[in-house]
Amino acid sequence: MSAVTNKDHAELAEDFNRDENRVDWHDETLWWIRQKRDRIVHQIPDWELLRETASQIKHNVLSNMHSYLQQFEANALANGVHVHWALNAQEHNQIIRQLLKDKQITHMVKSKSMLTEECGLNEYLAEHGIEVIDSDLGERIVQLAKEPPSHIVLPCIHKKKEEIGDLFHMYLGTPSNVADPQILTEAARQHLREIFLTRRAALTGVNFAVAETGEFVVCTNEGNADMGAHLADIHIASMGIEKLIPERKHLGVFLRLLTRSATGQPITTYSSHFRKPRDGKEIHIVLVDNGRSEQLGRPDFRNSLKCIRCGACMNTCPVYRRSGGHSYHTAVAGPIGSILAPNLDMEKYADLPFASTLCGSCSNVCPVKIDIHDQLYKWRQVLVKKGYAPTAKKIGMQLMAATLSSPALYHTAGKAGRAALRYIPFAINNKLNPWYKHRDMPQAPKQSFRDWYLKNNS
Amino acid sequence: MRVGLFVPCYVDQFYPNAAIATLQLLRKLGVEVEYPLNQTCCGQPMANSGFEHLTNGCNELFVKNFSGFDYIVAPSGSCVLHVREHLHDKDETAAQEIRSKVYELTSFLTDILQVKQLKARFPHKVGMHQSCHGQRGLKLSQMSELVAPQFSKPGSLLNMVQDIELIELNRIDECCGFGGTFCVTEEAVSVKMGKDRVADHVKHGAEYITGVDMSCLMHMEGILNRQQSPVKVIHIAEILNAE
Repeated sequence: MSAVTNKDHAELAEDFNRDENRVDWHDETLWWIRQKRDRIVHQIPDWELLRETASQIKHNVLSNMHSYLQQFEANALANGVHVHWALNAQEHNQIIRQLLKDKQITHMVKSKSMLTEECGLNEYLAEHGIEVIDSDLGERIVQLAKEPPSHIVLPCIHKKKEEIGDLFHMYLGTPSNVADPQILTEAARQHLREIFLTRRAALTGVNFAVAETGEFVVCTNEGNADMGAHLADIHIASMGIEKLIPERKHLGVFLRLLTRSATGQPITTYSSHFRKPRDGKEIHIVLVDNGRSEQLGRPDFRNSLKCIRCGACMNTCPVYRRSGGHSYHTAVAGPIGSILAPNLDMEKYADLPFASTLCGSCSNVCPVKIDIHDQLYKWRQVLVKKGYAPTAKKIGMQLMAATLSSPALYHTAGKAGRAALRYIPFAINNKLNPWYKHRDMPQAPKQSFRDWYLKNNS
Repeated sequence: MRVGLFVPCYVDQFYPNAAIATLQLLRKLGVEVEYPLNQTCCGQPMANSGFEHLTNGCNELFVKNFSGFDYIVAPSGSCVLHVREHLHDKDETAAQEIRSKVYELTSFLTDILQVKQLKARFPHKVGMHQSCHGQRGLKLSQMSELVAPQFSKPGSLLNMVQDIELIELNRIDECCGFGGTFCVTEEAVSVKMGKDRVADHVKHGAEYITGVDMSCLMHMEGILNRQQSPVKVIHIAEILNAE
């Protein structure tokens, strides 16, 4: 689910920045996780080799997607798993609704799955009278708050424990003004236990699907995916087609990378393998494309499909930390989301590749070495060429290009600009100048370097 | 060795002292430096805004101005990175040659001139801002995200300066939020990033903030001045050239 908004990233970020203390808190919280990540990756001498290996394995997958998918399907079917294919979000949602309808199930428990957020599954099922309860604690909290997750790994990282206390007081019957994590977690535990015990259908995401064996692996820190899947009659797994890895042994690479990059833990608390249904139970896997084939066909952007959704690029991104996940108005926020989203809808997400300083920290933390900041630069070129640039910016850039292409024009404009700053500063230092809002303009020197050089060097 | 001095447009207009220091420093080190008079801008402001297709005029001019030098040196990591990665021209051989010969000042001093000592003195507490394009793009120093040996080209040069006191920072290489046109299109986040970066330096007692990119320093200076802070910004060339 993406936040319903007509505002672009800059406007939403400005809203977020109205409460500076909150921005500081958000920034520090995520920076703390980035530091945890740094500490643990520096304990592994082969960290960079591990990243390179993972990147190469994913490269192989992307280059042979077709055959690995077929291999996975054949093995999954042989294991007694039902396999469904969905071209897009709508098909994915319809398939799941039909499965529940066939079993006359109206209540489902779900573990965290960013793919279902991308597809808007919860809203779709709600419209069709099916109740979905998210069982990941963070996800349950944002669900109660009627908000989308603001981070792919830490969905409610933007919420303070006091706010969570208020939500639990309102919906789960805890006393008011309780912010003790122990008490709140216990309340969530009791609430979710009831859900796990009564739901006949459970949906999980997929972190890795192994072509060689037809099994899939779900990683959680709370064990909620297991509780849902083990207790329900029918386990539905939603999986983006890029989640494949060729062989079981490759899990050793990815499981070591995933949580170290995400939260600074050596491994997720639960890395659960699902291979075949128990007697009398069913496992269904829905393989979803939803634009992925198209991205695979864009040479400049195909590497974005290597993403294992660890969220490290968000934690490290100085823009994300100071604008919050909701400012990206898409299911997958942050740097990686900004290169994935325009593939789905260029017009709607044309602002996102510009929500970056291209500092490159995202590419450096990425465990599968996606060239994120280079792709942001490339998306900007594509989007402008397709016409998704504001008119004022277009005109400004044309003027700038014309001025800078002519030494004479450039010298005249430079002189005029400096003179204006010196003699009529109010023409520049005003509300219309976004630079001036919170920053002073540079002092204008009497002469440019060129003027100095001409006087002192000829 | 003939070196073409490439002075980025905003340095030419607003920070001539950074360019003068660069020129003097290179000459002190025995380099024959020329400043091609018809230079304007590398085209990065357009390219990073998605208008790379409008940079042909700048590219052509750049190739015309800087062909034939042994090296091209600029006091700016960001502009150098742009030229290295994105300079193309009708005369692609000439453009390619320029791309391989363009150097940011501190990497030129470290890698080409292999400077081992400097006659500079700067008796102040200085915080070094690692500009992202220089650091991560041109790999001027080790990056906190990577597991790799420590090094810093600007840092090792600053350590040759007499009486300088380099301060420690909490976040050694976080972006200041300048980001070219980002500083106006995303004004709110840009300013917040700048304020936080400046605060890290101020908290640790910096009298000066230095770096290889005047653009980041310009942004931080704008914030410092608005806060009426006594902390000043200074381009690294001015410190390395200070006596």
